[in-house]
Amino acid sequence: MSKILLPNTKLFINNEWVESISGKKFKTFNPVNEELICEVSEGDKADVDIAVKAARNALENGEWGKMTSEDRGRIILKFANLIEKHKDNLAILETLDNGKPLTASKGYDITQSEKTLRYFGGWADKIQGKTIPISNEYTSMTRHEPIGVVALIVAWNYPCMLLCWKLGPALAAGCTIVAKPSEFTPLTALYLCDLIKEAGFPPGVFNLVNGFGSTVGNALSHHMDIDKISFTGSTITGRLIMEGAAKSNLKPVTLELGGKSPNIFFNDCDVNHIAKCAKDYVFSNSMQSCCAPTRFFVQENIYEAFLQIFTEKIKQLKVGDPYDNDTHLGPLVSKQQHDRVLGYIEKGKSEGATCHLGGGNYHHADGKGYFVQPTIFTNVTDNMTICKEEIFGPVVVILPFKTVDEVIKRANDSTYGLAAGIWTKDISLALNVSNKLKSGSVWINEYYSIMPSIPFGGYKQSGIGRDLSEYAIQSYLSIKAVTISHKTLYAQQN
Amino acid sequence: MITLNYDNNKKSISIPTKIFINNEWVDSIDGNENFSLINPTNEECLGIIGLGGRKDVDRAVEAARSAMRGKWSTMAPLDRGILLNKLADKLEEKREEMATIESINVGKPIGESFVYDLKQSITFLRYFAGWADKITGRTIPISSSPDTSTPTRQVLAYTKQVPLGVCALILPWNFPLQLLMFKLAPALAAGNTVIIKPSEFTPLSTFYLAQLIKEVGFPAGVVNIVCGLGSVVGDAMSSHMKINKIGFTGSTKVGKMVQNSATNSNLKHCSLELGGKSPIIIFNDVENLDLVVIHSFHGLFWNAGQCCSAASRIYVQSEIYDQYVEKIKKQVELRVLGDPLNKDTHQGPQVNKNQFESILRYIEIGKREGATLVCGGKRFGNKGYYIEPTVFSNVTDVMTIAREEIFGPVMSILKFDTVQEVIDRANDSEFGLVGAVFTKDINKSIIVSDQVQSGLVWVNSFNIIDPSIPWGGFKSSGKGRDASEYCLSVWTETKTTVLDVKL
Repeated sequence: MSKILLPNTKLFINNEWVESISGKKFKTFNPVNEELICEVSEGDKADVDIAVKAARNALENGEWGKMTSEDRGRIILKFANLIEKHKDNLAILETLDNGKPLTASKGYDITQSEKTLRYFGGWADKIQGKTIPISNEYTSMTRHEPIGVVALIVAWNYPCMLLCWKLGPALAAGCTIVAKPSEFTPLTALYLCDLIKEAGFPPGVFNLVNGFGSTVGNALSHHMDIDKISFTGSTITGRLIMEGAAKSNLKPVTLELGGKSPNIFFNDCDVNHIAKCAKDYVFSNSMQSCCAPTRFFVQENIYEAFLQIFTEKIKQLKVGDPYDNDTHLGPLVSKQQHDRVLGYIEKGKSEGATCHLGGGNYHHADGKGYFVQPTIFTNVTDNMTICKEEIFGPVVVILPFKTVDEVIKRANDSTYGLAAGIWTKDISLALNVSNKLKSGSVWINEYYSIMPSIPFGGYKQSGIGRDLSEYAIQSYLSIKAVTISHKTLYAQQN
Repeated sequence: MITLNYDNNKKSISIPTKIFINNEWVDSIDGNENFSLINPTNEECLGIIGLGGRKDVDRAVEAARSAMRGKWSTMAPLDRGILLNKLADKLEEKREEMATIESINVGKPIGESFVYDLKQSITFLRYFAGWADKITGRTIPISSSPDTSTPTRQVLAYTKQVPLGVCALILPWNFPLQLLMFKLAPALAAGNTVIIKPSEFTPLSTFYLAQLIKEVGFPAGVVNIVCGLGSVVGDAMSSHMKINKIGFTGSTKVGKMVQNSATNSNLKHCSLELGGKSPIIIFNDVENLDLVVIHSFHGLFWNAGQCCSAASRIYVQSEIYDQYVEKIKKQVELRVLGDPLNKDTHQGPQVNKNQFESILRYIEIGKREGATLVCGGKRFGNKGYYIEPTVFSNVTDVMTIAREEIFGPVMSILKFDTVQEVIDRANDSEFGLVGAVFTKDINKSIIVSDQVQSGLVWVNSFNIIDPSIPWGGFKSSGKGRDASEYCLSVWTETKTTVLDVKL
């Protein structure tokens, strides 16, 4: 394995690395062996204030607000190119901090980060308003202006990628940013800071304050001079963010929260095919994904065959060292998550579900690290805890169903509504079911069909607003309607 | 192959000049004419090119059709965009060479070709590179039920914007590279394949671009070039049964022929960017007349007057008329004519002998019909197709020089009194490409610009041209738009799918 380049670990404000005011630091650990990676500067409210001032200044007085939209797009593209150039370093760092297999960091996380920025770089000079026909006496138009200084708070499951998902539209729209990565996974965001400076973003356009939710996150959501906040994380924290926004200055809020996404397989499926596909995606990222396919609904005619083939395939998945190219599941990100997931597994057993495969800790190497076995539960009822609550670990429940109407009802019976999968050869069935599912994304004959140009986000308590696509840009804009009355010329003309 | 030597023969550029098909340079099959490229600066021969024929066009079409079924059609739109950005990078790398080629071939000053022609070309590529993966359709909730028997049937209707297919691009000689990019960038972003006919007078920058296109990695057959005469190659393209669209920039006269042939062959799509006789209107309330003079001066004299959008009728309100004419005369005195490769040159020669003679004829007509010759009015020097910057005042609307497109450095200044009068006079033209209004008043600026029948009107400015702004004319100045999101609709076809989702 090549040498790991650790980034600077201070705060990043005005394109400079600065100590936090308190001088405090927090630790980030390697989830493979529980060892300390390094210490990172810990920010607090005072640092947030400085960062916001820098972002405000950059927006109102600096080059960013004055440059052409084409130039803005060029800088974003340069940033994408730099990410591509530093892909290996970023991937290694992501795996070190988060534990996800290196093949995934490189082939998915960092690749998607670069593609997303490339996509949004192309939007920068295409953000158009409308002119609206009223009558000869008026010229009315809408201007789409950057909403201003935005706070971006990102989760630990896809640290680099989720930050780039938000940076793309925010920068394309002309906003300036104060970002807070997760305290569990700050390293790739820190690495990006140097690339941001090298790409040519003026000082203050992007600022980074590491720290904890209760301090930095809280300061951001309550800040009186932040114009918008975008958050990816748990539903519980999402509520706090929204509350903080409401209590302070009513800043608009985009929330990308949890899910309990259904994956529905109909009788006409080729069982071998769907089982093979499922093996490739189901336990991705150890199912630490907001839109993980955690409830498999399999129609009764194919249930037994599917369960058998699927289980055999899952047994082939390798848990272990994320730097090994053959590994499918690395460790979970932290002890907290590890214990939480094991707790859910126990709950599943105690509530009477059958632990069909896995069901506990995975002993890797000397027993250190936060590993969990890929786990399958059967004989689950809809009201069991493991069927209702988001586990955020490698646990999937498999439930049989009889009819279309029944599965739609059961799939929708959730406070969440992030994603859903539908597997069938019948076009009418596919489209009818997708119409009726209360889900922000519906994927047909595939799962995780996530791309920079497709909007991503949730119904119900899975969130508010959308990441990615043109739709995401809307949330980083303010609409100004300008109406000019020119009634008087007609009088003058005669 | 033609080699251009410049910078006291310290530098040289070699340009292949054959037919470009499937990323290869090949000899013409049935083009039986050789064509001398004449340097308009000194009337000497730059080199001889072999013109293409109808069979070359057929071969190019086959290559372009094959490419529509190959790698180009399965390539993700994002990757098309990446190729276009790479081409922009290459063009930036070769900016000096490309600008030099353009200046030598057309006669335009290097200051203009390097700073403007090349900038526009690069910017157009980057702008449309960004559109490649964003050409969305719609999903449409059908507004009424398809039949009365089952009114709750679910019908899903959606559109996709699909490429048209093989597009022929016919370009003029006044901005060879820039006007090519106006069409090439969106055509490729939208997933089409193209065959290009550059003007036989100015093909060199297009030939040079072909090399860059190949280097960057566009699949073979995506871009093809057949240079030839309008009456042979242009005609073969507009009447071809297997070409899906023709995009033409040139004169209104030829534009009509192109549309005719397009219609009578296979009703291929046709977008036309034609001539103009564009008005500038200057009101007496302008704050800074000197600035207006500079804008309007360049509005006419840019590229030695060889612009479809030349400000060839300048209406000045009576109170400031005499003052304006004086100031224009002073600007003319500052204008330096000379070698286009000299950085201090403002105006080069006209592009060829035909144009040169035609403009001189119009000048004589202007004198004969009674306009006042303020300055200029004849050839400049005795070598090269140079014409002195010429200004006529006291021009009236009925004069030939006020009605017909001259395409040379001949300014006509007309006097007006009231708002409604000047709007009517400005609109009294078969053309409607661009216009400009200079006034401080908020009402006049909006109402006059609304009422001038032009595709694009500048207010208190001129020649602000950007890939994000739609470009094109009303009336005989053309149809369809180049540039901006709007042009994507003329490089794609709307495909509607209607699905009955009844279970």
